[in-house]
Amino acid sequence: MSRFNLVVCVRLLGFSVLGLALTACQRQDQTSVKAWVAPTLAQIQGEEVAVLTHPPAVPPSIKRKHPTKLIVNLEVQEKVARIADGVDYTFWTFGGTVPGSFIRVRHGDLIEFHLANHPDSKVPHNIDLHAVTGPGGGAVSSFTPPGKETVFSFQAMNPGLYIYHCATAPVGMHIANGMYGLILVEPEEGLPTVDREYYVVQGDFYTRGAYGDPGLQPFDMDKALKEQPDYVLFNGSVGALTGDKSLAAKKGETIRLYVGNGGPNLVSSFHVIGEIFDTVHIEGGTALNHNVQTTLVPAGGAAIIEFKVDVPGELIIVDHSIFRAFNKGALGKIDVQGSEEAIVYSGKQRETVYLAEGSTSQSMPEEEPLEKLVLTAAQRIEQGERVYKSNCAACHMPDGSGIPNAFPPVAASDYMNADVKRAILTVAKGLEGEIQVNGKTYNNVMPRLNLSQDDIASVLSFLYSTWGNNGTEVTPEMVRNALQ
Amino acid sequence: MIVIAGGEYVPLYGDREVPVQVAPFRLDVYPVTNDEFLTFVRDHAQWRRQHVPPLFADQTYLSHWQDVLDPGGLAPADAPVSNVSWFAAKAYCQAKAKRLPTLDEWEFAARANEYEASAADENAFNKVILSWYGKPARLPLPNVGHSFINVWGVWDMHGLIWEWVMDFNSVMMTGESRKDASGLDGQLFCAAGAIGSADPNDYAAFMRYAMRGSVKASYTGQNMGFRCAQDMDEGILGGSP
Repeated sequence: MSRFNLVVCVRLLGFSVLGLALTACQRQDQTSVKAWVAPTLAQIQGEEVAVLTHPPAVPPSIKRKHPTKLIVNLEVQEKVARIADGVDYTFWTFGGTVPGSFIRVRHGDLIEFHLANHPDSKVPHNIDLHAVTGPGGGAVSSFTPPGKETVFSFQAMNPGLYIYHCATAPVGMHIANGMYGLILVEPEEGLPTVDREYYVVQGDFYTRGAYGDPGLQPFDMDKALKEQPDYVLFNGSVGALTGDKSLAAKKGETIRLYVGNGGPNLVSSFHVIGEIFDTVHIEGGTALNHNVQTTLVPAGGAAIIEFKVDVPGELIIVDHSIFRAFNKGALGKIDVQGSEEAIVYSGKQRETVYLAEGSTSQSMPEEEPLEKLVLTAAQRIEQGERVYKSNCAACHMPDGSGIPNAFPPVAASDYMNADVKRAILTVAKGLEGEIQVNGKTYNNVMPRLNLSQDDIASVLSFLYSTWGNNGTEVTPEMVRNALQ
Repeated sequence: MIVIAGGEYVPLYGDREVPVQVAPFRLDVYPVTNDEFLTFVRDHAQWRRQHVPPLFADQTYLSHWQDVLDPGGLAPADAPVSNVSWFAAKAYCQAKAKRLPTLDEWEFAARANEYEASAADENAFNKVILSWYGKPARLPLPNVGHSFINVWGVWDMHGLIWEWVMDFNSVMMTGESRKDASGLDGQLFCAAGAIGSADPNDYAAFMRYAMRGSVKASYTGQNMGFRCAQDMDEGILGGSP
């Protein structure tokens, strides 16, 4: 690559004396690979067994200052496991997990690769490591029937982050069943120290049933050919990186994500909501990019992503091809603990009414600007039902029954029937703290809703008229009086 | 045994324009069971697991049997024998005055479902085959007569075990599927378009060829068994129905 860049520079200089050409040369040189001479057998010292980790863990960084003979033992297991709650899938795995075990080697190491195929396996498997310089990436040499182990060796000639995967016929099915993982070839000088490293690989899955259909779901070849996955996942299952499996971090820490995309089909628009990547090793290679919002991770490709977490809260990992995230499972979380950092991020400071007619936004006016329409009691109830459905039903439920211990009922509510003014103020200004409703204690927050005085009158008239409440009619005038 | 009236079929490795002729032959109704193989090793001591030379069977040969002459709980009497090498399978068939089926005979007979001799284009049939390939199998294996009886009257051609054939290694799969499929080597795979693997049937066949291509004649596997065949001009001899 160095030589190639040199040729480009000479050409540019030959054809042009413009400064532009010089700039182009310098740019390219920055990203070129320095001359590197592979260690000879005599320079390879000692022997070690590689530490492999299951996702999302990453093996410790390599402290060694010399190349060694590194033995990697990886076992193929075909196993039934959870792909989503109530849904199982027969995964084919490198090391029992999707993605497979993380392999970390040093640039120049001589790797002796042992691939074992469990006797329970139904089919033969092999491995193509993109970090291998040689035909098939090791696929032919590692072709292993059930109950056997094969061995081949390769030298790690290029630093970077690489996908490995199975390449046995039919290769698409082997990959679709989860047969991929990452191998990091660490540069000789190592990577800069960070506080935390994590291992995340995206993959697309094709099941006979639709997303969420329960039971053991077989692989669907037709959907795979059409590239229409039911699941797009980080680390092999819905929820592999959420809830108590969220990735942990503390405010102020630096994080390095080793991100891969096993495919088999989709290209990932990898994004972390609420974070900007300080540094991206583009496509897992040597070129660095900074201040990146979303980085493309091709199928059969990778990226190293580094950022500092400056504020506490939840950072959401998504494929920003966004239907995959919210409808097919491509969601993960980084849970950042620590105290608020208001200068970096304030949280919501204010919410005011925005009047499109005016040039400024204003606070909720005390007076209605105009008395527009005078509604009959029946019309008010009808309008109130619409207001209820669009603003209230999500918490208080469409039948007014509420949710135990969270949202009090508005059906047959003693709290409402006892005090109309209090009900008006609750809707108009919100309510926080402990209250008693029908003998049960609730301690929660009801946000202030941006309803007009007309709407407040209507929704309360509707509520009082139905579900066993006392029939009070609430007029806009009553609302206005209550708010004075 | 059952007579399989021959015919022609287009194998995975062939050119779709040039079908292969399969002469009529006889085939065992069931795969060979542990009980039948036990009788064989009783009568032929050289095929007991402590006597068989490593050249003819690797160290997992009959390893799931409890003892040399006692299959035990992981190898029920009527389950298909597995962990047998190609050499052992061939010797068993010879002892019965039979032989292993050829790859073409086996593939021809395996194209039949319950209703027709050539169901290779049936989507549902291929899905059943693929779904078996897709599941790991733990011992003990189910008894023979487990999956389905095809229109020829043969049981378990799919859905129970992999089966040895006489010329299992006549089609070379290197294990490098992209090379195999693209026909870069221009040998058996010159008809790249015909095996573009665009339909699921090819995927099922590919998996069988991949399995055969991954093994050597001395290899044994806990999902790998066999059944015997016979030429039409041989008399019907031996035990299997």
